[in-house]
Amino acid sequence: MSATRRIVVVSAGLGQPSSTRLLADRLATATTDALLERGLEAQVDVVELRDQAHDLGNTLLTGFPTGGVRAAVDTITSADGVIAVTPVYQGSYSGLFKTFFDVLAPDVLKGTPVLMAATGGTARHSLMLEFAMRPLFAHLKASPLVTAVFAASEDWGTAGPSDHSLAARIGRAGEELAAAAAARVSSGPVDPFADPVSFDDLLST
Amino acid sequence: MQFGIFTVGDVTTDPTTGTTPTEHERIKATVALARKAEEVGLDVFATGEHHNPPFVPSSPTTTLAYIAAQTERIILSTSTTLITTNDPVKIAEDYATLQHLTDGRIDLMMGRGNTGPVYPWFGKDIRDGISLAIENYALLRRLWTEDVVDWEGKHRTALQGFTATPRPLDGIPPFVWHGSIRSPEIAEQAAYYGDGFFHNNIFWPMSHTKQMVQLYRRRFEHYGHGAAEQAIVGLGGQVFMRKNSQDAVREFRPYFDNAPVYGHGPSLEDFTRETPLTVGSPQQVIERYAAMADEVGDYQRQLFLMDHAGLPLATVLEQLEILGGEVVPELRRIAAARKPAHVPDAPTHASRVAAAGASPEAVR
Repeated sequence: MSATRRIVVVSAGLGQPSSTRLLADRLATATTDALLERGLEAQVDVVELRDQAHDLGNTLLTGFPTGGVRAAVDTITSADGVIAVTPVYQGSYSGLFKTFFDVLAPDVLKGTPVLMAATGGTARHSLMLEFAMRPLFAHLKASPLVTAVFAASEDWGTAGPSDHSLAARIGRAGEELAAAAAARVSSGPVDPFADPVSFDDLLST
Repeated sequence: MQFGIFTVGDVTTDPTTGTTPTEHERIKATVALARKAEEVGLDVFATGEHHNPPFVPSSPTTTLAYIAAQTERIILSTSTTLITTNDPVKIAEDYATLQHLTDGRIDLMMGRGNTGPVYPWFGKDIRDGISLAIENYALLRRLWTEDVVDWEGKHRTALQGFTATPRPLDGIPPFVWHGSIRSPEIAEQAAYYGDGFFHNNIFWPMSHTKQMVQLYRRRFEHYGHGAAEQAIVGLGGQVFMRKNSQDAVREFRPYFDNAPVYGHGPSLEDFTRETPLTVGSPQQVIERYAAMADEVGDYQRQLFLMDHAGLPLATVLEQLEILGGEVVPELRRIAAARKPAHVPDAPTHASRVAAAGASPEAVR
């Protein structure tokens, strides 16, 4: 196994600065630290969906990834672990967040460990991660981690350390992602043009 | 190398005038375009097949036969024939008939169709798209090459002792292209049979087109039909031209901005950069399309989409004048100069008859 793991952070925060990105960065740091403890380097790439908002709209309309979306798609395709963070809008992940996953080819995230996280004004939205985001990644055949992290506004001002503080949850989630990414032998992106199903097989099925 | 046009047959409101052609006007315009294509020296006219508004071409062989009666030389084709939802028996009969009527001036491009409801309307399931394309085409080939067919498959009723009539002209079935935008299975199918592969790249970046064409070429060689560079490749294209490129951009922009498929999406500038759409002077079109072979290798057929997005017939006819008068002669010259001798031209009925006479094994 190579000594580097590729961690891709997808952040759907719209503000600048954004608390969603703040949470994403803290999760990335926790993951990087936990990988280091295992003797592994982390290569962290961040996909800021705000920067791709227009091109994501174009991608929906044209059917092929335009502008920076292509690079973003390529980046996530070769990830050993994904940190996916969205603000809660109208009780769910944001439309921008969903749009990015809508334009991915089937099976791009198959088996990829995903650390799910979200920000919101109130902890009453925290179960969104379980009833909305987890089914999304289940559909994508990804491997969402047991711990998902929700940061409500009040969490940023709550003192730790306790087992339930935001910092503790971030640490636990980073640990889980590091363990999953460390164990993963990424096969790299699948090239559908490299090894086609032979025609004899197509004829016989 | 063959140059031609292909039409989707959309009935679209002209965004600059608000006028919408009637179906009658659109169908008659299609005939006018085909006649003009022959007049300006193009080689191919192809029509799509659709079974839902706002498209008119639901009955391609009717239209193509009518055009054939009014033309002398141009090859008539489809873009595409729905191999999934049409009965392959009816395709065999319809296109063999058309082949006789036109003295062999036809070929076909097979496609699956991407309009979801068309499948159930014709009693099929879109999830069977690839399977339908493979089984139906395998049957179609047998209907054209075997006089009496016993057949059993998954997607249509079995045949016992069936003879498709009329038999193909001179015993040689129409040449077939397989069109697919992103399914490797269809490139594989085209390669397996040694048929043509058409990549309708008009909405796609060249990086993707190249992958599909390379797969087809590699597998064409794998299946023993010749070297990869001898495979039969076609590409789509989309252009709008005026003497001054600024005039072309100014005139075409409202059509682009409101076009079906990509309208209200990327800018004209983004789209022309990422796809083969070229809006500018004839010279710009020549430079862009002469360079296509650098990406996909020497290829046999280039079809342009000229008549969509509500462009008025008079404008499209002008465009065909420019295409046939200034652009295609130069593209022909460039293509002929660069093509090595062992790379074949697009097969025609005459060349296929000759090949069969010389060596019957050469035509599968």
